Amino acid sequence: MSEPTIPILEMRNVSKNFDFSGQRIQALAGANLTVRKGEFICLIGASGCGKSTLLRIAAGFEQPTSGEALMWGKPINGPDPSRGMVFQDYGLFPWLSVRGNIGFGLAARGRPKAEIQDTVSRYVDMVGLGKFADAYPHQLSGGMKQRVAIARVLANDAEVVLMDEPFGALDAMTRDRLQDELLELWASTSLTVLFVTHSIEEAVFLSDRVVAMSPGPGRIDSELLLDLPRPRDVSSPTFNAIRSDLNQRLHSHHARKAA
Amino acid sequence: MSIVMQGAPPATRSRGRVSAARLRELGGRAGQVALALAFPAAILTAWHFATAGATYSLVPPPAEVARAFWDLAFGGINDDAFSQTLLTHVLASVGRVLGGFGLAVLVALPLGLLIGRVPFVRQMLDPTLQLLRPIPVTAWLPLAMILFGIGPRSAFFLVFLGAFYPILINTVFGVRAVETRLFEAASMLGCKGPAQFSRVVLPASLPAIFTGLRLGLGFAWVVIVIGEMTGVQTGLGAIIMEARQLSRTEIVIAGMIAIGALGFISDRLVMLLGRRLLSWSPNHV
Repeated sequence: MSEPTIPILEMRNVSKNFDFSGQRIQALAGANLTVRKGEFICLIGASGCGKSTLLRIAAGFEQPTSGEALMWGKPINGPDPSRGMVFQDYGLFPWLSVRGNIGFGLAARGRPKAEIQDTVSRYVDMVGLGKFADAYPHQLSGGMKQRVAIARVLANDAEVVLMDEPFGALDAMTRDRLQDELLELWASTSLTVLFVTHSIEEAVFLSDRVVAMSPGPGRIDSELLLDLPRPRDVSSPTFNAIRSDLNQRLHSHHARKAA
Repeated sequence: MSIVMQGAPPATRSRGRVSAARLRELGGRAGQVALALAFPAAILTAWHFATAGATYSLVPPPAEVARAFWDLAFGGINDDAFSQTLLTHVLASVGRVLGGFGLAVLVALPLGLLIGRVPFVRQMLDPTLQLLRPIPVTAWLPLAMILFGIGPRSAFFLVFLGAFYPILINTVFGVRAVETRLFEAASMLGCKGPAQFSRVVLPASLPAIFTGLRLGLGFAWVVIVIGEMTGVQTGLGAIIMEARQLSRTEIVIAGMIAIGALGFISDRLVMLLGRRLLSWSPNHV
Protein backbone atom coordinates (compact mmCIF):
# COMPACT_ATOMS: atom_id res chain seq x y z
CA MET A 1 0.00 0.00 0.00
CA SER A 2 1.58 3.28 -1.03
CA GLU A 3 1.38 6.12 1.44
CA PRO A 4 -0.74 8.65 -0.49
CA THR A 5 -3.70 6.29 -0.58
CA ILE A 6 -4.00 6.29 3.22
CA PRO A 7 -5.72 9.44 4.54
CA ILE A 8 -3.89 11.34 7.26
CA LEU A 9 -7.09 11.43 9.31
CA GLU A 10 -10.15 9.29 9.01
CA MET A 11 -13.38 9.18 11.00
CA ARG A 12 -15.36 6.01 10.41
CA ASN A 13 -18.95 6.13 11.58
CA VAL A 14 -17.95 8.00 14.74
CA SER A 15 -20.60 8.54 17.42
CA LYS A 16 -20.19 10.19 20.79
CA ASN A 17 -22.58 10.20 23.74
CA PHE A 18 -22.21 12.27 26.87
CA ASP A 19 -23.99 11.70 30.15
CA PHE A 20 -25.26 14.81 31.85
CA SER A 21 -26.63 13.92 35.30
CA GLY A 22 -28.19 10.69 34.11
CA GLN A 23 -29.38 12.14 30.80
CA ARG A 24 -27.77 10.75 27.70
CA ILE A 25 -26.95 13.30 25.05
CA GLN A 26 -25.84 12.26 21.61
CA ALA A 27 -23.29 14.83 20.54
CA LEU A 28 -22.28 13.09 17.37
CA ALA A 29 -24.05 10.44 15.32
CA GLY A 30 -22.25 8.36 12.72
CA ALA A 31 -19.83 10.94 11.36
CA ASN A 32 -17.63 9.97 8.41
CA LEU A 33 -14.77 12.18 7.35
CA THR A 34 -11.62 11.62 5.36
CA VAL A 35 -8.80 14.14 5.44
CA ARG A 36 -5.91 13.93 2.99
CA LYS A 37 -2.47 15.27 3.76
CA GLY A 38 -2.16 18.96 2.97
CA GLU A 39 -5.88 19.67 2.93
CA PHE A 40 -7.44 22.69 4.61
CA ILE A 41 -10.86 21.66 5.85
CA CYS A 42 -13.43 23.72 7.70
CA LEU A 43 -16.12 22.19 9.88
CA ILE A 44 -19.07 24.53 10.05
CA GLY A 45 -22.46 24.46 11.72
CA ALA A 46 -24.62 25.92 14.47
CA SER A 47 -23.68 25.35 18.07
CA GLY A 48 -24.45 21.85 19.27
CA CYS A 49 -23.77 20.29 15.86
CA GLY A 50 -20.84 18.29 17.21
CA LYS A 51 -18.09 20.08 15.31
CA SER A 52 -15.99 20.68 18.41
CA THR A 53 -16.64 17.11 19.60
CA LEU A 54 -15.41 15.80 16.28
CA LEU A 55 -12.29 17.95 16.58
CA ARG A 56 -11.65 16.80 20.15
CA ILE A 57 -11.96 13.18 19.05
CA ALA A 58 -9.43 13.85 16.30
CA ALA A 59 -7.14 15.40 18.91
CA GLY A 60 -7.52 12.39 21.18
CA PHE A 61 -9.07 14.32 24.08
CA GLU A 62 -12.25 12.27 23.70
CA GLN A 63 -12.72 8.64 22.69
CA PRO A 64 -15.61 7.85 20.33
CA THR A 65 -18.48 5.89 21.89
CA SER A 66 -18.62 3.86 18.70
CA GLY A 67 -16.81 3.99 15.39
CA GLU A 68 -13.15 4.59 14.70
CA ALA A 69 -10.85 7.61 14.63
CA LEU A 70 -7.67 6.90 12.68
CA MET A 71 -4.47 8.74 11.85
CA TRP A 72 -2.45 7.22 9.02
CA GLY A 73 -4.72 4.21 9.40
CA LYS A 74 -3.91 3.66 13.08
CA PRO A 75 -6.36 4.26 15.93
CA ILE A 76 -6.01 7.53 17.83
CA ASN A 77 -5.43 6.68 21.49
CA GLY A 78 -5.06 10.04 23.17
CA PRO A 79 -3.36 13.35 22.44
CA ASP A 80 -0.13 13.38 20.47
CA PRO A 81 2.28 16.08 19.27
CA SER A 82 1.61 15.06 15.67
CA ARG A 83 -1.88 16.56 16.08
CA GLY A 84 -1.52 20.05 17.51
CA MET A 85 -4.56 21.84 18.89
CA VAL A 86 -5.20 25.58 18.83
CA PHE A 87 -7.92 26.57 21.32
CA GLN A 88 -10.21 29.57 21.13
CA ASP A 89 -9.12 30.58 24.65
CA TYR A 90 -5.44 30.08 23.69
CA GLY A 91 -4.48 27.68 26.50
CA LEU A 92 -1.06 29.31 26.88
CA PHE A 93 0.99 28.66 30.01
CA PRO A 94 0.85 31.96 31.90
CA TRP A 95 4.13 31.34 33.75
CA LEU A 96 6.12 30.91 30.55
CA SER A 97 7.28 33.65 28.20
CA VAL A 98 6.50 33.56 24.48
CA ARG A 99 9.73 31.63 24.01
CA GLY A 100 8.92 29.25 26.85
CA ASN A 101 5.47 28.54 25.47
CA ILE A 102 6.76 27.85 21.98
CA GLY A 103 9.51 25.60 23.34
CA PHE A 104 7.28 23.80 25.85
CA GLY A 105 6.67 20.68 23.77
CA LEU A 106 10.29 20.32 22.72
CA ALA A 107 11.50 20.75 26.31
CA ALA A 108 8.91 18.28 27.61
CA ARG A 109 10.10 15.76 25.07
CA GLY A 110 13.69 16.22 26.22
CA ARG A 111 15.19 17.75 23.09
CA PRO A 112 18.69 19.25 23.44
CA LYS A 113 18.81 22.90 24.56
CA ALA A 114 20.55 24.16 21.43
CA GLU A 115 17.95 22.59 19.19
CA ILE A 116 15.13 24.07 21.26
CA GLN A 117 16.65 27.53 21.09
CA ASP A 118 17.10 27.33 17.34
CA THR A 119 13.59 26.08 16.67
CA VAL A 120 12.00 28.55 19.05
CA SER A 121 13.80 31.51 17.48
CA ARG A 122 12.74 30.39 14.03
CA TYR A 123 9.06 30.19 15.01
CA VAL A 124 9.14 33.40 17.04
CA ASP A 125 10.26 35.14 13.84
CA MET A 126 7.82 33.23 11.67
CA VAL A 127 4.85 34.58 13.62
CA GLY A 128 6.40 38.03 13.89
CA LEU A 129 6.79 38.18 17.67
CA GLY A 130 10.52 38.97 17.80
CA LYS A 131 9.98 42.05 19.98
CA PHE A 132 7.76 40.13 22.38
CA ALA A 133 9.84 36.97 22.69
CA ASP A 134 10.34 37.47 26.44
CA ALA A 135 6.87 38.81 27.24
CA TYR A 136 4.41 36.81 29.31
CA PRO A 137 0.95 35.89 27.96
CA HIS A 138 -0.88 38.47 30.09
CA GLN A 139 1.16 41.18 28.38
CA LEU A 140 0.02 40.14 24.88
CA SER A 141 -3.04 41.02 22.83
CA GLY A 142 -5.47 38.29 21.77
CA GLY A 143 -4.00 38.16 18.26
CA MET A 144 -0.47 37.78 19.62
CA LYS A 145 -1.56 35.04 22.01
CA GLN A 146 -3.09 33.10 19.14
CA ARG A 147 0.11 33.50 17.12
CA VAL A 148 2.02 31.97 20.03
CA ALA A 149 -0.51 29.12 20.22
CA ILE A 150 -0.06 28.41 16.51
CA ALA A 151 3.73 28.68 16.69
CA ARG A 152 3.89 26.27 19.62
CA VAL A 153 2.14 23.45 17.75
CA LEU A 154 4.20 24.06 14.61
CA ALA A 155 7.47 24.13 16.57
CA ASN A 156 6.43 20.79 18.02
CA ASP A 157 6.34 19.14 14.54
CA ALA A 158 2.56 18.89 14.26
CA GLU A 159 1.46 17.30 10.98
CA VAL A 160 -2.17 18.17 11.55
CA VAL A 161 -3.28 21.43 13.14
CA LEU A 162 -6.71 21.21 14.77
CA MET A 163 -8.22 24.63 15.32
CA ASP A 164 -11.31 25.18 17.47
CA GLU A 165 -12.79 28.54 16.49
CA PRO A 166 -9.31 30.00 16.96
CA PHE A 167 -10.18 33.51 15.78
CA GLY A 168 -13.63 33.62 17.35
CA ALA A 169 -12.58 35.89 20.22
CA LEU A 170 -10.61 38.36 18.10
CA ASP A 171 -11.68 41.68 16.62
CA ALA A 172 -12.49 41.73 12.90
CA MET A 173 -9.24 43.34 11.74
CA THR A 174 -6.98 41.04 13.74
CA ARG A 175 -9.06 38.13 12.55
CA ASP A 176 -8.56 39.05 8.87
CA ARG A 177 -4.83 39.42 9.39
CA LEU A 178 -4.48 36.10 11.18
CA GLN A 179 -6.50 34.36 8.47
CA ASP A 180 -4.04 35.67 5.87
CA GLU A 181 -1.07 34.66 7.99
CA LEU A 182 -2.48 31.19 8.58
CA LEU A 183 -3.00 30.66 4.84
CA GLU A 184 0.57 31.80 4.19
CA LEU A 185 1.92 29.35 6.77
CA TRP A 186 -0.22 26.58 5.36
CA ALA A 187 0.86 27.28 1.79
CA SER A 188 4.55 27.34 2.70
CA THR A 189 4.46 24.06 4.63
CA SER A 190 2.91 20.64 4.19
CA LEU A 191 0.44 21.22 7.00
CA THR A 192 -2.99 19.70 7.16
CA VAL A 193 -5.58 21.90 8.85
CA LEU A 194 -8.92 20.97 10.37
CA PHE A 195 -10.62 24.20 11.31
CA VAL A 196 -13.86 24.61 13.27
CA THR A 197 -15.80 27.81 12.71
CA HIS A 198 -19.34 29.11 12.74
CA SER A 199 -18.57 31.86 10.24
CA ILE A 200 -19.53 31.01 6.68
CA GLU A 201 -17.30 33.70 5.27
CA GLU A 202 -14.31 32.39 7.22
CA ALA A 203 -14.96 28.86 5.96
CA VAL A 204 -15.24 29.92 2.32
CA PHE A 205 -12.21 32.18 2.59
CA LEU A 206 -9.95 29.55 4.12
CA SER A 207 -10.75 26.04 3.06
CA ASP A 208 -10.36 23.53 0.25
CA ARG A 209 -13.41 21.74 1.51
CA VAL A 210 -16.25 22.81 3.77
CA VAL A 211 -17.96 20.17 5.89
CA ALA A 212 -21.42 21.32 6.94
CA MET A 213 -22.81 19.86 10.14
CA SER A 214 -26.18 20.13 11.85
CA PRO A 215 -27.37 19.61 15.41
CA GLY A 216 -29.75 17.29 17.23
CA PRO A 217 -27.96 14.84 17.13
CA GLY A 218 -24.78 16.29 15.66
CA ARG A 219 -23.95 14.90 12.25
CA ILE A 220 -22.27 15.70 8.96
CA ASP A 221 -24.77 16.82 6.32
CA SER A 222 -22.81 17.66 3.26
CA GLU A 223 -19.42 18.54 1.93
CA LEU A 224 -18.60 21.32 -0.46
CA LEU A 225 -15.41 21.29 -2.51
CA LEU A 226 -13.98 24.76 -3.12
CA ASP A 227 -11.48 25.14 -5.89
CA LEU A 228 -11.39 28.90 -5.94
CA PRO A 229 -7.96 30.36 -6.62
CA ARG A 230 -6.17 32.01 -3.69
CA PRO A 231 -5.96 34.66 -2.42
CA ARG A 232 -9.72 34.76 -2.46
CA ASP A 233 -11.63 37.96 -2.87
CA VAL A 234 -14.49 38.05 -0.40
CA SER A 235 -16.34 40.61 -2.54
CA SER A 236 -16.20 38.67 -5.81
CA PRO A 237 -19.47 37.30 -7.27
CA THR A 238 -18.21 33.69 -7.16
CA PHE A 239 -17.34 34.03 -3.50
CA ASN A 240 -20.74 35.46 -2.75
CA ALA A 241 -22.52 32.75 -4.71
CA ILE A 242 -20.75 30.06 -2.70
CA ARG A 243 -21.42 31.90 0.51
CA SER A 244 -25.15 32.12 -0.11
CA ASP A 245 -25.30 28.50 -1.26
CA LEU A 246 -23.67 27.43 1.98
CA ASN A 247 -25.90 29.75 3.94
CA GLN A 248 -28.94 28.12 2.39
CA ARG A 249 -27.71 24.64 3.15
CA LEU A 250 -27.11 25.47 6.80
CA HIS A 251 -30.46 27.20 7.12
CA SER A 252 -32.42 24.47 5.40
CA HIS A 253 -31.32 22.21 8.27
CA HIS A 254 -32.84 24.61 10.70
CA ALA A 255 -36.05 24.59 8.72
CA ARG A 256 -36.10 20.81 8.56
CA LYS A 257 -35.42 20.54 12.25
CA ALA A 258 -38.24 22.95 13.06
CA ALA A 259 -40.70 21.05 10.84
CA MET B 1 3.39 49.37 46.63
CA SER B 2 1.16 51.89 45.02
CA ILE B 3 2.22 55.40 44.39
CA VAL B 4 -0.56 57.89 44.09
CA MET B 5 -0.43 58.97 40.46
CA GLN B 6 -3.52 61.08 40.14
CA GLY B 7 -3.38 63.22 37.05
CA ALA B 8 -0.21 61.67 35.64
CA PRO B 9 1.18 64.40 33.38
CA PRO B 10 0.40 64.02 29.69
CA ALA B 11 3.23 64.72 27.25
CA THR B 12 1.89 68.13 26.31
CA ARG B 13 2.44 69.62 29.73
CA SER B 14 5.28 72.04 30.26
CA ARG B 15 8.46 71.02 32.04
CA GLY B 16 7.76 73.18 35.03
CA ARG B 17 4.40 71.62 35.65
CA VAL B 18 5.79 68.12 35.19
CA SER B 19 8.35 68.71 37.91
CA ALA B 20 5.64 70.20 40.08
CA ALA B 21 3.68 67.00 39.62
CA ARG B 22 6.71 64.94 40.56
CA LEU B 23 7.19 67.09 43.62
CA ARG B 24 3.62 66.41 44.62
CA GLU B 25 4.22 62.73 44.06
CA LEU B 26 7.32 62.77 46.29
CA GLY B 27 5.39 64.76 48.86
CA GLY B 28 2.67 62.13 48.65
CA ARG B 29 5.16 59.37 49.39
CA ALA B 30 6.59 61.23 52.36
CA GLY B 31 3.04 61.81 53.53
CA GLN B 32 2.33 58.09 53.36
CA VAL B 33 5.41 57.28 55.44
CA ALA B 34 4.47 59.96 57.96
CA LEU B 35 0.95 58.58 58.17
CA ALA B 36 2.23 55.05 58.75
CA LEU B 37 4.51 56.31 61.56
CA ALA B 38 1.91 58.51 63.25
CA PHE B 39 -0.03 55.66 64.80
CA PRO B 40 2.86 53.85 66.52
CA ALA B 41 4.23 57.23 67.64
CA ALA B 42 0.91 58.00 69.28
CA ILE B 43 0.91 54.64 71.04
CA LEU B 44 4.48 55.13 72.25
CA THR B 45 3.60 58.57 73.58
CA ALA B 46 0.51 57.32 75.36
CA TRP B 47 2.50 54.41 76.77
CA HIS B 48 5.23 56.77 77.95
CA PHE B 49 2.91 59.16 79.73
CA ALA B 50 0.91 56.35 81.30
CA THR B 51 3.96 54.64 82.80
CA ALA B 52 6.97 57.02 83.11
CA GLY B 53 7.31 58.76 86.42
CA ALA B 54 4.64 56.63 88.05
CA THR B 55 5.90 55.50 91.44
CA TYR B 56 4.65 52.00 90.98
CA SER B 57 3.89 50.59 87.53
CA LEU B 58 3.69 46.94 86.47
CA VAL B 59 4.31 47.98 82.89
CA PRO B 60 7.75 49.53 82.32
CA PRO B 61 7.96 52.75 80.27
CA PRO B 62 9.22 52.55 76.68
CA ALA B 63 12.65 53.99 77.53
CA GLU B 64 13.27 51.18 79.98
CA VAL B 65 12.24 48.59 77.38
CA ALA B 66 14.65 50.21 74.92
CA ARG B 67 17.47 50.00 77.50
CA ALA B 68 16.58 46.36 78.20
CA PHE B 69 16.62 45.62 74.48
CA TRP B 70 20.03 47.25 74.09
CA ASP B 71 21.40 45.32 77.05
CA LEU B 72 19.89 42.11 75.73
CA ALA B 73 21.56 42.68 72.40
CA PHE B 74 24.92 44.25 73.31
CA GLY B 75 25.25 44.14 77.13
CA GLY B 76 27.10 46.82 79.10
CA ILE B 77 24.14 48.18 81.06
CA ASN B 78 22.86 45.62 83.56
CA ASP B 79 25.48 42.90 83.12
CA ASP B 80 23.19 40.15 84.37
CA ALA B 81 22.21 36.73 83.05
CA PHE B 82 20.22 38.28 80.23
CA SER B 83 22.90 40.64 78.94
CA GLN B 84 24.23 40.07 75.44
CA THR B 85 22.19 36.86 74.98
CA LEU B 86 19.81 38.08 72.26
CA LEU B 87 21.80 36.61 69.38
CA THR B 88 21.88 33.16 71.01
CA HIS B 89 18.13 33.17 71.54
CA VAL B 90 17.38 34.57 68.11
CA LEU B 91 19.53 31.95 66.43
CA ALA B 92 17.88 29.18 68.45
CA SER B 93 14.37 30.34 67.55
CA VAL B 94 15.18 31.07 63.91
CA GLY B 95 16.79 27.64 63.62
CA ARG B 96 13.69 25.91 64.96
CA VAL B 97 11.32 28.02 62.87
CA LEU B 98 13.29 27.42 59.67
CA GLY B 99 13.73 23.72 60.46
CA GLY B 100 10.08 23.09 61.30
CA PHE B 101 8.88 25.28 58.46
CA GLY B 102 11.30 23.66 56.01
CA LEU B 103 10.16 20.19 57.01
CA ALA B 104 6.53 21.31 56.67
CA VAL B 105 7.26 22.53 53.13
CA LEU B 106 9.00 19.29 52.24
CA VAL B 107 6.03 17.21 53.40
CA ALA B 108 3.02 19.45 52.71
CA LEU B 109 4.01 20.57 49.21
CA PRO B 110 4.33 17.15 47.51
CA LEU B 111 1.41 15.84 49.54
CA GLY B 112 -0.74 18.80 48.46
CA LEU B 113 0.18 18.28 44.81
CA LEU B 114 -0.78 14.60 45.06
CA ILE B 115 -4.01 15.19 47.00
CA GLY B 116 -5.02 17.87 44.53
CA ARG B 117 -4.26 15.84 41.43
CA VAL B 118 -4.59 12.13 42.23
CA PRO B 119 -8.12 11.03 43.28
CA PHE B 120 -6.80 7.87 44.95
CA VAL B 121 -4.50 9.81 47.28
CA ARG B 122 -7.21 12.36 47.96
CA GLN B 123 -9.75 9.69 48.91
CA MET B 124 -7.24 7.94 51.13
CA LEU B 125 -5.75 10.90 53.04
CA ASP B 126 -8.09 13.85 52.84
CA PRO B 127 -10.73 12.69 55.40
CA THR B 128 -8.07 11.98 58.04
CA LEU B 129 -6.28 15.25 57.46
CA GLN B 130 -9.54 17.18 57.63
CA LEU B 131 -10.42 15.49 60.93
CA LEU B 132 -7.07 16.39 62.46
CA ARG B 133 -7.14 19.95 61.17
CA PRO B 134 -9.52 21.53 63.74
CA ILE B 135 -7.25 20.46 66.62
CA PRO B 136 -5.36 23.59 67.68
CA VAL B 137 -1.60 23.26 67.56
CA THR B 138 -1.42 24.22 71.24
CA ALA B 139 -3.54 21.18 72.13
CA TRP B 140 -0.76 19.02 70.75
CA LEU B 141 1.74 20.38 73.29
CA PRO B 142 1.26 17.77 76.05
CA LEU B 143 1.30 14.91 73.57
CA ALA B 144 4.31 16.40 71.80
CA MET B 145 6.19 16.50 75.10
CA ILE B 146 5.38 12.82 75.68
CA LEU B 147 6.39 11.85 72.16
CA PHE B 148 9.44 14.04 71.76
CA GLY B 149 10.42 14.79 75.33
CA ILE B 150 10.55 18.13 77.08
CA GLY B 151 12.79 20.34 75.04
CA PRO B 152 13.50 21.78 71.63
CA ARG B 153 12.29 18.75 69.72
CA SER B 154 8.72 19.38 70.88
CA ALA B 155 8.99 23.00 69.77
CA PHE B 156 10.29 21.84 66.42
CA PHE B 157 7.35 19.46 66.04
CA LEU B 158 4.80 22.14 66.93
CA VAL B 159 6.29 24.55 64.41
CA PHE B 160 6.10 21.84 61.79
CA LEU B 161 2.46 21.18 62.61
CA GLY B 162 1.59 24.89 62.65
CA ALA B 163 3.09 25.50 59.22
CA PHE B 164 1.91 22.22 57.71
CA TYR B 165 -1.82 22.88 57.28
CA PRO B 166 -1.73 26.34 55.70
CA ILE B 167 0.80 25.09 53.13
CA LEU B 168 -1.11 21.87 52.47
CA ILE B 169 -4.53 23.47 52.12
CA ASN B 170 -3.37 26.27 49.85
CA THR B 171 -1.41 23.86 47.68
CA VAL B 172 -4.43 21.58 47.27
CA PHE B 173 -6.58 24.59 46.45
CA GLY B 174 -4.04 25.85 43.92
CA VAL B 175 -3.76 22.49 42.20
CA ARG B 176 -7.50 22.00 41.96
CA ALA B 177 -7.91 25.47 40.47
CA VAL B 178 -5.60 24.76 37.51
CA GLU B 179 -7.61 25.04 34.30
CA THR B 180 -8.28 21.74 32.51
CA ARG B 181 -7.28 23.53 29.31
CA LEU B 182 -3.65 23.68 30.46
CA PHE B 183 -3.53 19.92 30.95
CA GLU B 184 -5.03 19.43 27.49
CA ALA B 185 -2.49 21.84 26.03
CA ALA B 186 0.38 20.06 27.79
CA SER B 187 -0.73 16.60 26.71
CA MET B 188 -1.17 17.50 23.05
CA LEU B 189 2.34 18.99 23.16
CA GLY B 190 3.72 15.68 24.40
CA CYS B 191 3.82 16.27 28.17
CA LYS B 192 1.76 13.54 29.82
CA GLY B 193 1.33 11.70 33.10
CA PRO B 194 3.73 12.39 35.99
CA ALA B 195 5.75 14.85 33.87
CA GLN B 196 2.81 17.25 34.17
CA PHE B 197 3.51 17.64 37.91
CA SER B 198 6.69 19.60 37.42
CA ARG B 199 5.80 21.27 34.13
CA VAL B 200 2.16 22.23 34.70
CA VAL B 201 0.77 21.50 38.17
CA LEU B 202 3.59 23.07 40.21
CA PRO B 203 4.07 26.31 38.25
CA ALA B 204 0.33 26.83 37.75
CA SER B 205 -0.41 26.52 41.46
CA LEU B 206 2.62 28.54 42.60
CA PRO B 207 0.62 31.70 43.44
CA ALA B 208 -1.61 29.74 45.83
CA ILE B 209 1.39 27.88 47.21
CA PHE B 210 3.08 31.17 48.06
CA THR B 211 0.01 32.31 49.94
CA GLY B 212 0.30 29.08 51.91
CA LEU B 213 4.00 29.63 52.57
CA ARG B 214 3.38 33.12 53.95
CA LEU B 215 0.55 31.92 56.19
CA GLY B 216 2.57 28.90 57.29
CA LEU B 217 5.59 30.97 58.21
CA GLY B 218 3.36 33.34 60.18
CA PHE B 219 1.94 30.41 62.14
CA ALA B 220 5.43 29.05 62.68
CA TRP B 221 6.35 32.25 64.56
CA VAL B 222 3.17 32.08 66.62
CA VAL B 223 3.79 28.49 67.58
CA ILE B 224 7.52 28.74 68.32
CA VAL B 225 6.87 30.84 71.42
CA ILE B 226 4.45 28.27 72.82
CA GLY B 227 6.86 25.48 71.97
CA GLU B 228 9.73 27.21 73.74
CA MET B 229 7.81 28.08 76.88
CA THR B 230 8.28 24.73 78.60
CA GLY B 231 11.59 23.07 79.32
CA VAL B 232 13.66 24.84 76.69
CA GLN B 233 16.76 26.79 77.75
CA THR B 234 17.24 28.98 74.68
CA GLY B 235 14.94 30.75 72.28
CA LEU B 236 12.83 33.87 72.40
CA GLY B 237 9.90 31.98 73.92
CA ALA B 238 12.18 30.68 76.68
CA ILE B 239 13.58 34.11 77.47
CA ILE B 240 10.08 35.62 77.67
CA MET B 241 8.98 32.85 80.06
CA GLU B 242 12.11 33.21 82.22
CA ALA B 243 11.81 37.00 82.38
CA ARG B 244 8.16 36.68 83.38
CA GLN B 245 9.08 34.43 86.29
CA LEU B 246 11.64 36.99 87.41
CA SER B 247 9.15 39.84 86.90
CA ARG B 248 11.48 41.43 84.33
CA THR B 249 8.60 42.75 82.22
CA GLU B 250 10.87 45.04 80.19
CA ILE B 251 12.68 41.94 78.92
CA VAL B 252 9.35 40.25 78.17
CA ILE B 253 8.42 43.21 75.97
CA ALA B 254 11.88 43.32 74.39
CA GLY B 255 11.46 39.64 73.48
CA MET B 256 8.04 40.35 71.98
CA ILE B 257 9.51 43.10 69.85
CA ALA B 258 12.28 40.77 68.64
CA ILE B 259 9.72 38.14 67.61
CA GLY B 260 7.65 40.75 65.81
CA ALA B 261 10.67 42.02 63.90
CA LEU B 262 11.85 38.53 62.93
CA GLY B 263 8.38 37.51 61.79
CA PHE B 264 8.13 40.66 59.70
CA ILE B 265 11.55 40.16 58.12
CA SER B 266 10.91 36.51 57.26
CA ASP B 267 7.56 37.40 55.72
CA ARG B 268 9.24 40.05 53.59
CA LEU B 269 11.85 37.55 52.42
CA VAL B 270 9.17 35.09 51.32
CA MET B 271 7.35 37.95 49.58
CA LEU B 272 10.50 39.01 47.73
CA LEU B 273 11.09 35.43 46.60
CA GLY B 274 7.46 35.24 45.53
CA ARG B 275 7.74 38.42 43.49
CA ARG B 276 10.73 37.02 41.66
CA LEU B 277 9.12 33.66 40.94
CA LEU B 278 5.68 35.06 40.16
CA SER B 279 6.61 38.00 37.98
CA TRP B 280 4.53 36.35 35.24
CA SER B 281 1.34 36.57 37.23
CA PRO B 282 -0.75 39.70 36.64
CA ASN B 283 -2.61 39.43 39.94
CA HIS B 284 0.22 38.69 42.31
CA VAL B 285 1.97 41.48 44.18
